[in-house]
Amino acid sequence: MDFTYDDEQVALRDAVRGLVGRTYADFETRRRAVAEDPGFDEKLWTRMAEMGLLGLPFAEEDGGVGAGPVEIGIVCREIGRVVAPEPFLTSVVLAGGLVSACGTPEQRQEVLGALSAGESVLAFAHDEPGRRWGPTAEAVTATEGGGSWSLTGVKEPVPHGARADVLVVSAALPGGGTGLFLVAGDDADRSGYAAYDGSRAARVRLDGTAATPLGHPGQDVTSSIATVQDITRVMAANQALGAMQVALRSTTDYLKSRKQFGVTLNTFQALTFRAADMYVSQELTHSMVEWATMVVAQGDPAALADAASRAALQVSRGGRHIGQEAIQLHGGIGMTAEYAVGTYVAHLTMLDHLLGEGGFQLRRLASDVTGHGALDPLA
Amino acid sequence: MQLELSEEDEAFRAQMREFFTTQVPEEIRTAVIEGRELTKEQMVRSAQILNDAGLAVPHWPEEHGGRGWSDLERHLWFEEMQAAGVPAPLAFNASMIGPVLAHFGTEEQKREFLPRTASLEIWWSQGFSEPDAGSDLASLRTSAVRDGDDWVVNGQKTWTTLGQHGDWIFTLVRTDPEVKKQAGISMLLIDMTSPGVEVRPIQLIDGGHEVNEVWFTDVRVPARNLVGELNGGWTIAKFLLGNERVGVAPVGATKRTLAHAKELAADVVAEDPLLRARIAELENELLALELTALRVAAHSTGGEPHPASSVLKLKGSELQQAVSELVVDLAGPGSLASGAGDDSDLEGWARRATPVYLNLRKASIYGGSNEVQRQIISRTILGL
Ligand SMILES: Cc1cc2nc3c(=O)[nH]c(=O)nc-3n(C[C@H](O)[C@H](O)[C@H](O)COP(=O)(O)OP(=O)(O)OC[C@H]3O[C@@H](n4cnc5c(N)ncnc54)[C@H](O)[C@@H]3O)c2cc1C
Repeated sequence: MDFTYDDEQVALRDAVRGLVGRTYADFETRRRAVAEDPGFDEKLWTRMAEMGLLGLPFAEEDGGVGAGPVEIGIVCREIGRVVAPEPFLTSVVLAGGLVSACGTPEQRQEVLGALSAGESVLAFAHDEPGRRWGPTAEAVTATEGGGSWSLTGVKEPVPHGARADVLVVSAALPGGGTGLFLVAGDDADRSGYAAYDGSRAARVRLDGTAATPLGHPGQDVTSSIATVQDITRVMAANQALGAMQVALRSTTDYLKSRKQFGVTLNTFQALTFRAADMYVSQELTHSMVEWATMVVAQGDPAALADAASRAALQVSRGGRHIGQEAIQLHGGIGMTAEYAVGTYVAHLTMLDHLLGEGGFQLRRLASDVTGHGALDPLA
Repeated sequence: MQLELSEEDEAFRAQMREFFTTQVPEEIRTAVIEGRELTKEQMVRSAQILNDAGLAVPHWPEEHGGRGWSDLERHLWFEEMQAAGVPAPLAFNASMIGPVLAHFGTEEQKREFLPRTASLEIWWSQGFSEPDAGSDLASLRTSAVRDGDDWVVNGQKTWTTLGQHGDWIFTLVRTDPEVKKQAGISMLLIDMTSPGVEVRPIQLIDGGHEVNEVWFTDVRVPARNLVGELNGGWTIAKFLLGNERVGVAPVGATKRTLAHAKELAADVVAEDPLLRARIAELENELLALELTALRVAAHSTGGEPHPASSVLKLKGSELQQAVSELVVDLAGPGSLASGAGDDSDLEGWARRATPVYLNLRKASIYGGSNEVQRQIISRTILGL
């Protein structure tokens, strides 16, 4: 039982902070980065690759670094602290994670090698209009003919789907179940747009589009998708934690400096008590995120699914609490695009809805509430 | 970062579990688990079993019966104790006056009081609050005036928990009315059988008799019963209250109550998705709290309370209250039957649910009210 980083982890955190944190130290830089497509800084992306960050989760024989979840969490947390728009979470952790989990050795080397080197951006095309979160596909279907596969249907929203060089697409298989396919970005009909937090998403239309099965053709990989989604939930939780910490920090700084009625706002207990409650939310979230990250390291999919839901629920509750209060305690300035705190809240909202918000997680947990006694995090 | 307990900690935990579930009489543990009131004899018996095994005051300095455990070991000890339904050692003895005497007491006081404090041969009461001195404790007025070798004490304390069992009361008194209020306070140890001490019961909203008023009329207290320095009582009070915050909101007991309630009300839970959602949400919050307690235990240094212990008190008491509120709802209409006797057709837990809920409103008031905790967080942690 140990909640502290070792020296190498501290060094990694400092290095990521030195690169990503420094790049976006001035919020104006982030605003400029998201103002134009692709909505992030390609140069920074390359430098992240050079630092080894983009290959962090992948095996060395696939061109990666073979680091563990704690390290990946560190990167996500630093990204969250400056709401960096680079698609580490969706491209590396999620889409790359799927290739790592399901791809053949050749596919892994090729796709993950290019991703790790910063030469190729991946996107997971999974959500379908009208459907909630989950590991399966329905509206996009896969067909096989003469040994080759094609996909038809619409995926939307696809995070960074317009910029991606390679799409990892989920599709309903002819024999039932959900399979994964690689589609060259340019082969799909794509229209991209900016989401409310400046990140990018796209509508991806497939119309008999040629696709390469990821891994064994025709195999149902629903459970692998679910596990990679769970890992991504935990990493999204790390990212959200970083954003919450800074949102609270800027709120307390603001209370100490902003004057009204001739005094600084921290004179008013109605406000400082609310900040104290935000701190409570932050600390509870922090503990849960560290724990879930360590559960990922244990590698048991059932335990991971449970921990991912629990962390996502806490992050949803904590993130909304801290985010909403952060804006309120800033007053009008918190509403402006120019001031950072509102973007933090937008980003927290995005993370909350990427893979299932609090209520969705709660439903998962509530369905099994009689299946266990008291929870034991040390079991 | 590592989730698993080390082998030694795992073994330690198993040893604690084994002891608590086999050595403390089932009759006592069942009473705790079912939320029934314990008699003084049961409390003392349990305390003595723990003390004989060296498990009553492991956090005290080693020369006074402490064990020199790590914070994690202490955490495991406390959680396993609660999970097993073993009554926690009386806080007034184990967490309050014991550590104070070990730190501030004279050699004579240590000799005279510490062993019997650990074994609960002396039942201590806490004489801090007064009718006009609650959160603003330093405004207390009970006075002590020197007369020869004695202090003469006059005034009134209130909210004295279990003062009806008390043998001795550690009392904050005003020894200098002329100076800034914090600077004129001292701590005296007062024998509750002394002439002039009167304990009057206060009935609470749950119908029980848990707190008292304690009146002092010309009570003579030997000068050797002063703790620490004259007019140094405020320092001692702060030391004591810092310790009080830790462990005042028992995570383990709340978890146990919730798990037990799920079982008892299994039928209701099975048919009501909203109740299931409430339970799942509470379990999640308790998990986050327990993990925070572990983080605090893993990081606190030198026995100083970690500032985040205010988080534990604040959230811990809220969850304790929320679980008790849920239990009333699970009990449904049967929750009305608080006055029914054992011939009732309703189950005991359902009959006790509402008094427990009402009683636990105290959790956010005492031990430093939750508003005081917010003050601590906003000032000392957030710098506001
Ligand atoms: C069941 C029970 C058992 C107790 N046992 C003991 C005992 O054994 N020994 C003992 O000495 N005492 C005991 N206490 C007393 C307890 O410590 C006090 O009740 C507590 O300190 C609060 O004081 P008060 O009740 O006078 O409330 P007040 O201090 O009058 O507070 C009233 C309300 O105002 C809030 N408030 C007060 N000051 C501030 C501020 N500066 N900013 C914001 N909000 C504020 C409080 O949080 C509370 O909500 C017990 C209390 C209870 C209820």
